[in-house]
Amino acid sequence: MALSGVEIFKLLPKTNCKKCGHPTCLAFAMKLAQRQASLDACPDVSEEAKIKLGEASAPPFRPITFGEGAKAVKMGEETVLFRHEKKFVNPCAIVVAVKDTDSEESIKAVVAALLDSEIDRVGQRLRLDGLLISNESGDPAKLAQAVALVAGQGAEIPLIISTTDSSAADAALGKIPGKRPILYGANDSNAEAMAETAKKHKAILGVSAPSLDALSDLTDKIKAMGVEDMVIDTGARTAGEILRNNTFIRRAAIKKSAKSVGYPIISFAQRDDDMLEALVASLCVSKYSSIVVLSSIEKWKSLALFTLRQNIYTDPQVPMQVEQKIYDIGETNADAPLMITTNFSLTFFIVSGEVENSKVPVRLAVMDSEGLSVLTAWAAGKFTASKIAQFIQESGVENQISKKELIIPGYVAILSGAIEEKLPGWKVIVGPREANALPAFLKTKN
Amino acid sequence: MALAAPAETYPGKVFEVIIGTEKTAVFGGENVLPFHKFDGSVPNRPVIAYEIQDVAPEDWPDTVKNVYGDAASDPVKWAIFCQNELKAEAIALRLIGTHPDRQDRSAEDAAKTVRAVLDAIEVPLIILGSNHVEKDSAVLVAAANAASGCNCIIGKAQEANYKTIAAAAMAQNHKLIAMSELDINLSKQLGILITQMGFDKEKLITDPMCSALGYGIEYTYSVMERIRLAALAQNDAVMQPPMLADIGMYAWKVKESQAAEADLPQWGSLKERGIAWEVVTAGALLLAGAELLIMRHPESVSAVQKFIDEL
Repeated sequence: MALSGVEIFKLLPKTNCKKCGHPTCLAFAMKLAQRQASLDACPDVSEEAKIKLGEASAPPFRPITFGEGAKAVKMGEETVLFRHEKKFVNPCAIVVAVKDTDSEESIKAVVAALLDSEIDRVGQRLRLDGLLISNESGDPAKLAQAVALVAGQGAEIPLIISTTDSSAADAALGKIPGKRPILYGANDSNAEAMAETAKKHKAILGVSAPSLDALSDLTDKIKAMGVEDMVIDTGARTAGEILRNNTFIRRAAIKKSAKSVGYPIISFAQRDDDMLEALVASLCVSKYSSIVVLSSIEKWKSLALFTLRQNIYTDPQVPMQVEQKIYDIGETNADAPLMITTNFSLTFFIVSGEVENSKVPVRLAVMDSEGLSVLTAWAAGKFTASKIAQFIQESGVENQISKKELIIPGYVAILSGAIEEKLPGWKVIVGPREANALPAFLKTKN
Repeated sequence: MALAAPAETYPGKVFEVIIGTEKTAVFGGENVLPFHKFDGSVPNRPVIAYEIQDVAPEDWPDTVKNVYGDAASDPVKWAIFCQNELKAEAIALRLIGTHPDRQDRSAEDAAKTVRAVLDAIEVPLIILGSNHVEKDSAVLVAAANAASGCNCIIGKAQEANYKTIAAAAMAQNHKLIAMSELDINLSKQLGILITQMGFDKEKLITDPMCSALGYGIEYTYSVMERIRLAALAQNDAVMQPPMLADIGMYAWKVKESQAAEADLPQWGSLKERGIAWEVVTAGALLLAGAELLIMRHPESVSAVQKFIDEL
């Protein structure tokens, strides 16, 4: 278990020297306990305290960066079991598997699709994160060849090399120096050779064992060989096994400070049935995997998983926001009605969705309200007549429309007079309170 | 070092609910978090009901509407199709045609539809209004009376109309869905108000309000997790009814399940995309604690059933 602020305080110099930037050692200790400060800030701490605190203040799941450069993926660092307690930290990486027995064309096609997988959603760039290349052939040369092929085409893609043969691993890893790949993997019978190979190539070592107990023993053994960065596989393959083992690992690491399982988890969701694979992968995304391996790139499947991952990994305390601007929905012309709402992403999605359902082209002015919904923003003074008037004036939308009419949400009907005062020459129309009444409203308005 | 598997047990338990008469369906009853069979007892699988409507599903996207074709032109035919062809374990009849903005069908008409559907099927029936607060109080009372003795689920009772609907459900011995808007406290408050009327808390189903993948599912997900933790860890009886996820109507309304591939090539095949939207929404909410699901596409239901098999 992590140390409390008072326990940490006992290990500090208690000089209240303020060199750490905090008024007292106790205040610093409290920040350390909340993981909001680093022990490095204290110049006078003893070596003994450093070791004790270092162990205790290390996050329950070791932070590891998979890959190198712009597409590198951060893993680990999770601190809670449920997302309402605190934001989940590093989103589950989504990885697609290929075999070294696949044809060159098919591997190239997967790499191309992977490089092309990036989409934008609510201002975030979402993409498939990496590729797993397995040594299906059993031939070291073939594996190295496939790795070289992939690295040639997509040098930045984080790679997982899947083989239990350390000489095959050595040859393959030699093709991608400095790329921080994952070597998957070590097991009870090859641990020593694999640990050496991983060390030699500075690779992260994927470790698998048939049970949680065996896994815990094996990671301790491998750590003693000098490999610190591991990802772990409990052998779970069915949805039920994945849920069980991932839950036990998360609990053990967070509640019992079990360091031997405090590593990012890799899960395998491949199924012949794509829809079932999407479901098992969603389980991995929601319930504690750091990497999920899929069998294929289907754009619809990726889109659903990206979206779920984004949703699960949002900060429950910070609302999602969309960019402030005037959105054209449908083929707008000068006669298209102009509506305004706030920039809470849900408000935006629901309003724009209902406008689309209405099939009436609309200009939707989305105003920055710090991610609050209409009523909340109004109550907080962020969706007021003067702010709305200022936004509309500065947007220049006036020059694009034939009638100076602005439709406001029914919940802020009270603002209509004040907006008309501040926007001379404009007419304010009160729209419905709920978005689901928009189609009927827009159709009758036309 | 051997890893002590940290199992967790809780003082509380989710109520078990049985619906139907000839053929019944049972859900709830677990004393652990969703599918945490390694911690305790999960006696029942979640139940998935097929959604049908009292009027033709003109607002459903083609990919799901076409599955039903002509059967969807009549609620009785539609219900029989779901029971016999799709092997539905339960059917959810949404009386959407009663909404003033739709066909504004009368409560009497709705009651006739309910009776006709009940006469045609053996599996349990869930009777849903149009979510119009005033209209639902009339429609659901008539529907509850028409379904007397059939052990249905009636819904949804909301804060603004729960009194009449709960009274009718109580008089006719039905189960009742209590819906509040994405807030654990509102959910608890509505549960208290309804039970204070003398309604048996073990006959309630909580709907904390569904949302689709990408459209606020994280809110539903976390409210469900919090409600379930309150039920188990705090042994809070008002939080112990099983939970409903009304998936289909949310998942099939969003852009991702409707936009043509020609317009958004980076989103991939529309047919699979729509199903995936319903399926992933369902999967996430099952893991958050939903025991009763209402869904639309048979391929979605079959994928989710396989997922539950694995869990």
